[in-house]
Amino acid sequence: MIDNPVLRIIAKIIIPMILLFALYVQFHGDFGPGGGFQAGVIFAAGFILYGLVFGTESLRSAVPPAVLRLLIAVGLALFAGVGVITMLAGSDYLAYNALSEDPIAGQHLGILVVEFGVGVTVSAVMITIFLAFAGRNDP
Amino acid sequence: MINGQLPALQVVVPLIAAALCLVLSRPGAAWLITFAASVVSMLVSLLMLEEVLQSGVIDYAFGGWAAPFGIAYRVDIVNAYVLMIVSTISTVVSVFARVSVASEIETHNQGFFYTAWLLCLTGLLGIAITGDAFNLFVFLEISSLSSYVLIAMGSDRRALTAAYQYLIMGTIGATFILIGVGLLYALTGTLNMLDLAARLPEVADSRTARTGFAFLTVGLGLKIALFPLHLWLPNAYAYAPSAVSAFLAATATKVAVYVLLRFVFSVFGVEFALGAMPLALGLAVLGSIAVLSASTVAIFQQNLKRMLAYSSVAQVGYLALGVSLATPAGLTATLLHLFNHALMKGALFVALGCIAWRIGSSRLEDFAGLGYRMPWTMGVFVVGGLSLIGIPLTAGFISKWYLVLAALDKGWWPVTVVIIAGSLLAVIYIWRVVESAYLADPPAQTAKAEAPASMLIPAWLLAIANLYFGSHTDLSVGIAARAAAGLFGAAP
Repeated sequence: MIDNPVLRIIAKIIIPMILLFALYVQFHGDFGPGGGFQAGVIFAAGFILYGLVFGTESLRSAVPPAVLRLLIAVGLALFAGVGVITMLAGSDYLAYNALSEDPIAGQHLGILVVEFGVGVTVSAVMITIFLAFAGRNDP
Repeated sequence: MINGQLPALQVVVPLIAAALCLVLSRPGAAWLITFAASVVSMLVSLLMLEEVLQSGVIDYAFGGWAAPFGIAYRVDIVNAYVLMIVSTISTVVSVFARVSVASEIETHNQGFFYTAWLLCLTGLLGIAITGDAFNLFVFLEISSLSSYVLIAMGSDRRALTAAYQYLIMGTIGATFILIGVGLLYALTGTLNMLDLAARLPEVADSRTARTGFAFLTVGLGLKIALFPLHLWLPNAYAYAPSAVSAFLAATATKVAVYVLLRFVFSVFGVEFALGAMPLALGLAVLGSIAVLSASTVAIFQQNLKRMLAYSSVAQVGYLALGVSLATPAGLTATLLHLFNHALMKGALFVALGCIAWRIGSSRLEDFAGLGYRMPWTMGVFVVGGLSLIGIPLTAGFISKWYLVLAALDKGWWPVTVVIIAGSLLAVIYIWRVVESAYLADPPAQTAKAEAPASMLIPAWLLAIANLYFGSHTDLSVGIAARAAAGLFGAAP
């Protein structure tokens, strides 16, 4: 579909907006509707659109599968790591109060990092699933 | 301080190890991480079992949010006992897995294999430890999805259809469980099991409660592979990689049985689940049919992994019979059989894995003369087989003995007949293998060709455990009896 100028130009215009909107959903998640899962899916949608328009090969060179695999693990490690840090701080698993002197700031920081971990893993998994299906007929 | 964190560590350690495995996808490193995480989980579960036996229930509130608002873990004797079974089997089988997996799975997939293994372990441990009905569903999905992956990695192409079949059936089962949990939530407004148990009696006489209970038991019946919902199991176990067959056969259905026990005894209560609802009759009839029909089908299998899989369906029948008696003695027998069956099926599947590694087959016709070619491996198979039949001085005898006693105590003599008939059928299908391995005309080469020590040691550990727990029953029967008394006592 790379030959179609309308698709190509529209995609180039809206992909940055999709990514920006995903970041908004991600970081506004603790004040309003949204959060890591939704943001991760939206973020991945931007990449999937890129893959649809410019081909899976281009997508694969933009985000190599090895990087995706690393991101899946990093997101999970962020989530689990916050829990381990609170445990090391002498509190229960994922008890964010232990992250800061001020419990409210601790809760804020904790949920922010955890949701970011969720977002990273979800978007990487989404792109991986897309590549796995779209790339089935590739050599 | 570390002691208070044990319930979280039980689940977090394999989960973080899974992430590590995914990054370090080199087979050796991935295996080492899997083994280390299994050992740590085992130590954690043993520490918790000891603590629970000494000083009672352990509560753990995630994120500092107390139950019923947050997700709470609650470890009593039953939880700790199941956790111990799952993590110990994972440790022993992962030792065996290194060589077996290296020969059965392509190198570039081994990192993924161990990642899926650790996720499956995380899910199974999570199911067994959580005190929250929805959290239980999430862990159930984690363990199920990763076990579909593990089964699909079998070297036989039929593994793919087997995994797909399991995926469809397992998803239906999980959906039923989710609908059941959803109905209970709609009825009581809570997901915490303790809270559910407190609130359900007032509203138990409602259509919603009965429907929720029905959905839960049918969904769990699929996960347990209770006859006639067992159709996914034989193919899944037969075509999965050897290590996966051993791991799942010894743990996955056990954990599902635990969930059934938890809902029947702790959440709904015996009076409702086995009194007001006809579950006891259903379990007794289906359990009896499972024992007789699956054991008969097992006799005619040429693929021995399939034979053992059908035998697993029969063993689930014994477990169901124990529950259907609705007495502490019957429940003790079921809990005891959970442990003993994990030992015997673990030993048998590991022995078959050693044989598959050496001769590349698990078909009966290739077994001629194996008693001389692989004496140590066949020794494990014979011990496991004797235990499966229920010969005295093996673990299998102990659980059948308690089951028969419980059935006679209740006056259900037809159940006793079924149990003994099932054991006789087991004699036939185990004897076929022994006959072929020791008595059939051996093929031309009969030089000894044993499996390597890293496969034989775990196999013999399981075989010796079968013999040990056949003659030293204080530990296993003691814990099972206390766990059964706990389930029959008050709420979880």
